[in-house]
Amino acid sequence: MAKELIRLQNVSMNFDGEQVLNSINLTINDSEFLTLLGPSGCGKTTTLRIIGGFQKPTSGDVFFDGERINDVPPYRRRINTVFQKYALFPHLDVYDNIAFGLRVSKLDEDEIDRRVTEMLEIVSLKGFQNRKVTSLSGGQQQRVAIARALVNQPKVLLLDEPLGALDMRLRKDMQNELKRIQQALEITFIYVTHDQEEALAMSDTVVVMDKGCIQQIGTPVDIYNEPKNAFVADFIGESNILDGIMRRDYEVEFFGHRYACLDKGFAPNEPVDVVIRPEDVDIVAPGNGYLSATVTNVIFKGTFYDTFVDVAGFKWLIQTTDAHSIGDQIGISLDPDAIHIMKKSDYSEKFGDYSSYSAEYDEMETASEDEGDEE
Amino acid sequence: MKRFSRVFTVIVFLFLYLPMIVLGVASFNTGTDVATWEGFTLSQYTALFQDGALLPLLRNSVIIAVVASIIATLLGTMAAVGIHKMNRRPKALAMTLTNIPMTNPDIVTGVSLALLFAFTGVILKINSIMGFATLLIAHVTFDLPYVILSVMPKLTQMDPDLQEAALDLGCTPIQAFFKVVIHEIMPGIISGALMAFTMSLDDFVISYFVYGPRFVTLPVEIYNYTKKPLQPKIYALFTLLFLVILLMMVIMNLLQARDQKRQKGAV
Amino acid sequence: MKNKLLAGPYLLWMVVFTLIPLGIMVYYAFTDSISGGFTLENLARIGTYMPIFLRSMGLAAIASIICLVIGYPVAYCIASVSPSWQKILSMLVMLPMCMSFLLRTLAWVSLLEDTGIINQLLGHLGIGPLPLIRNNGAVILGMVYNYLPYMITPLYTVLMKIDPRLDEAAQDLGCNRMQVFRRVTLPLSVPGIISGITMVFVPAVSTFYISQKLGGTSTVLIGDVIESQFKTAYNPNLGAALSLVLMVMVLICMGIVNHFSSDDEEEGGVITP
Repeated sequence: MAKELIRLQNVSMNFDGEQVLNSINLTINDSEFLTLLGPSGCGKTTTLRIIGGFQKPTSGDVFFDGERINDVPPYRRRINTVFQKYALFPHLDVYDNIAFGLRVSKLDEDEIDRRVTEMLEIVSLKGFQNRKVTSLSGGQQQRVAIARALVNQPKVLLLDEPLGALDMRLRKDMQNELKRIQQALEITFIYVTHDQEEALAMSDTVVVMDKGCIQQIGTPVDIYNEPKNAFVADFIGESNILDGIMRRDYEVEFFGHRYACLDKGFAPNEPVDVVIRPEDVDIVAPGNGYLSATVTNVIFKGTFYDTFVDVAGFKWLIQTTDAHSIGDQIGISLDPDAIHIMKKSDYSEKFGDYSSYSAEYDEMETASEDEGDEE
Repeated sequence: MKRFSRVFTVIVFLFLYLPMIVLGVASFNTGTDVATWEGFTLSQYTALFQDGALLPLLRNSVIIAVVASIIATLLGTMAAVGIHKMNRRPKALAMTLTNIPMTNPDIVTGVSLALLFAFTGVILKINSIMGFATLLIAHVTFDLPYVILSVMPKLTQMDPDLQEAALDLGCTPIQAFFKVVIHEIMPGIISGALMAFTMSLDDFVISYFVYGPRFVTLPVEIYNYTKKPLQPKIYALFTLLFLVILLMMVIMNLLQARDQKRQKGAV
Repeated sequence: MKNKLLAGPYLLWMVVFTLIPLGIMVYYAFTDSISGGFTLENLARIGTYMPIFLRSMGLAAIASIICLVIGYPVAYCIASVSPSWQKILSMLVMLPMCMSFLLRTLAWVSLLEDTGIINQLLGHLGIGPLPLIRNNGAVILGMVYNYLPYMITPLYTVLMKIDPRLDEAAQDLGCNRMQVFRRVTLPLSVPGIISGITMVFVPAVSTFYISQKLGGTSTVLIGDVIESQFKTAYNPNLGAALSLVLMVMVLICMGIVNHFSSDDEEEGGVITP
């Protein structure tokens, strides 16, 4: 089993009376790629800053290798950070930026030179050592920031939305690059992002946060397939979330139909949230006792169609490779593994209805998330 | 419209520089009356450098300006870093305190300091307390806000992550300041120091109330002089000072230009 | 963080050398010069000096307005030229502020005197000599000349920062040049105007040298009276009382001026001599 490296125990944080973190408990293992995922203001950056030592939690404890480190200042932690906007020192060139930490710890220049050169190679910046950091592109600055942190051979690397400022293509490249570096050096990465795709693609463990609380911890597959509540289901990928009633183990009822499912352990007739991923819905000919629906809108997305349908006044999103026209009557078929049952939570009823959905709205939301993050 | 405003601007600049020209020309005049040109001479300049009284006064002014601006720069930079870290309330309070000497009429600052020193003199039973120390204290006091107001914006502009990055890479807060932060705010420190220096060098109103006969600065002496007819070598001194300050301004501007270039590069 | 403590020595300095002196000034204002006892007499004598106070405020106000009228087009012009010219011109505006203002004022004396340069030139044209000195006009001229840079600099700083696209946007929305100025540029430059007026008015209202050199017996300003209480008449208690009143009046004037701007002070506080 993996060894525990960092543990947050009942960590809370208040800023001016505002609760930013609400009793967080989190264990991070050695050599793990862990991602803190959530919308702006969810407390993910604060969590990262507490681990880095830039903020002291209002209450609760932080352990590193079993030792309480609440009062250990950042410069005595074997943790390094890649900052959101890189925070490269503008008065130093690439080489001196990377050598900075080594010089502070007074290593001899031969050793520094060896390690900096090695690092330049790892981040593919050979030949750039004498360039001014301000003359580099965003992607190159990003690599310098990573090299500057990693050259100190930290046990843990903290990354605060490090790819946020890069364009789409570069982001994908850097994602692979980061994963490669993490696996090669076998150190713990704690990664903060609001981009769920990024989180799913890179992480061993994803921690979904909202409103200062951890909503779910799990592998990317678990988080996607078995969301714990409506917030997680909605934040990770697209979801139709419906009201249902658990009639008994392995059987759920919604829209007057009973379906077989794979979930158990609920009280008989317990109201639940039912999650149906848009790509898990099979469209069949209407009738034959299938749930019937009317197509209300179709948007071509390249590899599939976003097909919006009206099911008894409730809007569903279905992703399908078959083209349908607006007004078509269709039937909906659901396999047992297409249905995921969640307990009711505070988030029930707030997510998963596509009545007000529009592509534009989605874009706006993403844009506002990109702007400035929480403290 | 545009042409009008340009012509107008040129006229205003002439207006601003007219007295300088008059004094500059007068410094090369053979006669002693500024208003009548009697011929070209450099004798005012040679007289200036042979003058036993004027140069010590200039030296006094420079000493006060150098010492006061160094103290103000050290104290002010430290204070700016401290104030920058404060929460909203105490920060507003500290800035109000900083603004008092900026917004008060100089004469009020001068009078109040004179009274403080007089009062202290009475308590300590010192007859003539006014001298180098009182002058220095007064100069540091009015220099400090200039330093703070030019360092603070640099601290605000600075990416706060830079300091944290230094801590993250193993610097103690003190190392972080000297290895990283100071480089970022250096243009502000330099322009604050230069501003403090020029303000001190030329200050008359406040100095006038707190100087003592043992330590007189040039502006104060010029004031005392001007009750008598003015010696033409003062014009020569003025012309030389003009050139020195022009040079300082050019340096300051070049520094600012370099700073801006760097900031542009960072975007 | 402990960093805050770095401000300690400074704050102590400012308390000891600005707040306490002001406190002592108040103390002197309320005490008798001979017995040292409490008295309101010093403040009561303000009434006698009221005409001088009013003259000081009046002349300073006129000078401020003239500075604004002259300074605005100049600042506008500087802000509209190329960046390298802006640098040079703004430096040229600031340069006179660093030169001995005593000598510069004296130069005006030689220009304006009855036998001065201007009257000599006019003499060649068969005019004059005109009474150019020792009147209110000369004092105002001295104030405008000395403090004009304090008006131009903050105005320029504000005008320079106005996004030129706003100008284009206003034109796009149908404003002609005059309307663009009145509806966009002028309102946006209010913080600069406020800070310029403050920076001209405060030193102008409290000056004593300009009025001594360029003014006559009828143009004595409050600064002259205060100066004489400390240097010749030696009545520091009356001087303190007059200074106190001057300070309060300046604060009130600035309060009134600031009332016209809704922006916070930091925005308008362009203090770059």
